[in-house]
Amino acid sequence: MTTVTRVSGKTGTTPYTLSHLDALESEAVHIFREVAGEFERPVILFSGGKDSIVMLHLALKAFAPAAVPFSLLHVDTGHNFPEVLEYRDRTVARHGLRLHVASVQDYIDRGVLRERPDGTRNPLQTVPLTERIQAEKFDAVFGGGRRDEEKARAKERVFSLRDEFSQWDPRRQRPELWNLYNGRHAPGEHVRVFPLSNWTELDVWQYIAREGIELPEIYFAHEREVFQRAGMWLTAGEWGGPRENERVEKRRVRYRTVGDMSCTGAVDSDATTLDAVITEIAASRLTERGATRADDKMSEAAMEDRKREGYF
Amino acid sequence: MTTIDTLRFATAGSVDDGKSTLVGRLLHDSKSVLTDQLVAVTRASATDTPDLALLTDGLRAEREQGITIDVAYRYFATPRRRFILADTPGHVQYTRNMVTGASTADLAVVLVDARNGVVEQTRRHAALTTLLRVPHIVLAVNKMDLVDHRESVFAAIAEEFTAYAGALGAHEVTTIPISALSGDNVVEPSANMDWYAGPTILEHLASVPVERDTAREPARLPVQCVIRPRTDERSDYRGYAGQIARGTLRVGDRVTVLPGGRTSTVTAIDELGGPVEAAWAPQSVTVLLEDDIDIARGDLIVASDRAPALTRSVEATVCHVADQPLTVGRRVLLKHTTRTVRAIVEEIPSRLTLDTLAPYPAPGSLVANDIGRVRIRTAEPVALDSYADSRRTGSFLLIDPTDGTTFAAGMADPR
Repeated sequence: MTTVTRVSGKTGTTPYTLSHLDALESEAVHIFREVAGEFERPVILFSGGKDSIVMLHLALKAFAPAAVPFSLLHVDTGHNFPEVLEYRDRTVARHGLRLHVASVQDYIDRGVLRERPDGTRNPLQTVPLTERIQAEKFDAVFGGGRRDEEKARAKERVFSLRDEFSQWDPRRQRPELWNLYNGRHAPGEHVRVFPLSNWTELDVWQYIAREGIELPEIYFAHEREVFQRAGMWLTAGEWGGPRENERVEKRRVRYRTVGDMSCTGAVDSDATTLDAVITEIAASRLTERGATRADDKMSEAAMEDRKREGYF
Repeated sequence: MTTIDTLRFATAGSVDDGKSTLVGRLLHDSKSVLTDQLVAVTRASATDTPDLALLTDGLRAEREQGITIDVAYRYFATPRRRFILADTPGHVQYTRNMVTGASTADLAVVLVDARNGVVEQTRRHAALTTLLRVPHIVLAVNKMDLVDHRESVFAAIAEEFTAYAGALGAHEVTTIPISALSGDNVVEPSANMDWYAGPTILEHLASVPVERDTAREPARLPVQCVIRPRTDERSDYRGYAGQIARGTLRVGDRVTVLPGGRTSTVTAIDELGGPVEAAWAPQSVTVLLEDDIDIARGDLIVASDRAPALTRSVEATVCHVADQPLTVGRRVLLKHTTRTVRAIVEEIPSRLTLDTLAPYPAPGSLVANDIGRVRIRTAEPVALDSYADSRRTGSFLLIDPTDGTTFAAGMADPR
């Protein structure tokens, strides 16, 4: 029996195609420019991690030769890697950007937030983030989240409406048709915008290599004092490790993600160049978050629960 | 660097037809599921065999109810092609999310349960897929193991579906008998259906031609924003930024700016960091023009010799996606490319009856999941192409001006 029924059809090939990375780049730039055209006070979440670095690079390209028309916002957990903070400040200065910093440590010092028994500060970022968004009246907040990261993130729209409490309700997301993004929102509400939605970890690394983008050194293999907790190699430091029963050792490691030191693990690696990193990731049988994020393993719905509360 | 193209595809089908299982099988058998994901799914499964549907049903409520509520996007690759997959819900209540997934897809896989055949939701998805002009449709007749892998069952469903889709105007339907649960004809050919000689689902996905032949189409550039550096060395730079929606733009091209109607010549094209002689859809570019004319966000730069007509009376097929009905006389916002204009629903001539495909005349309103014809009067002229000519410049949204809800997906069709 025939399996293909052609009711009608045209054929033909064309040289006018885009490479995979060019198509992703073009789509992301379109998203940045839509926000510039439709919102009053957008801001880019910038942590100094590779996804936000790629996001900023795309924003710079989208508006060149003019300046990026957005400021940056960093939620500083107080346990950030010093190399990453240094990179953050250098980048902000180089491009003449304005940086807002919301500090988890401030909230703890003021007694508004309390340190968790497990020491992880990632979930504590939600309150400083959402309060700063409200206080500054940001109406569009760019995040570097990718749908390949985690199964709750796989459900995100590119334009994702948050209510006045910054909450995400995945059951009531707006339909998102073609590339006609609907950014309408009431005062107090805002839209989270994810220009890297359709990128994978490998796409991000290949794009970094193609564009020659500089990264913080901790993404490449180096000697570091680490100790093991819950199956993760954590960096020893004043933030709270090692405990008495945990033993520090020197290992050759690198980071696949950059977040709070208390819950971001390093992986054993000899990859000192971009090419070596790309080879390593292509062969890895673990996801980025599975390999290096302790907080996502807390429960099956950990990310969904945090996103509902306003986490990015 | 070798160019690997990307196929965007969506799944559709009724509840319990096994969409999530198919997607899980596709990911699992193409070795796209990593160890920690499989460990998590195995831990969450009720039995010893991992429930592959849990790879995509990531929300708490989805796991509780065993249904897909919202689109999950998944990414995987074969050596020759990358895939962006929108796994969409089958439940009637969440049809808008199926439309979300299908609107950007190059291909749609419509699943049918071999025991039930073509049901109302299959017809709705076939209609939406066809009206949205998803270029390729695959009918996957699932659960063939539950009908003893009989060819006659498959052939009857394939014939009914193909006839229905053909009557709607589908260009191409590929039919494949599968069992998502056991993996027959998903990635590996089935040992149980030797009467079937066609491709497996993955073989078809990996080889179906993705055509984006826009070179000969008329150029369309919706202006997203104007780029003015205001620096000393660039004080006279004034660029119009946007993603080319159709066709090719070249330096030297004569262009018209709509709706104003002024004409000029392209003097330079910046393609994200460097000047180029030509650029085409869907590249994001910045265009400079010879004449200093007033151009703002919402304007459409088009090839002067093939400009679309301006109209204030839009005829279209719409798919209604909101809970509140769309009624005659309703004031709405119409968003077309980068332009949003005030509008009023002047007439709803008909609603599509899914069983017979006959138009139900003058229904007065459209409710959630209805497909109907509308006539809309706009406060300002819009430059719409026919959706049949371009999914980018022939599509629009109807938005509730009071709370921003997306009412309907519109496909312009001056018939």
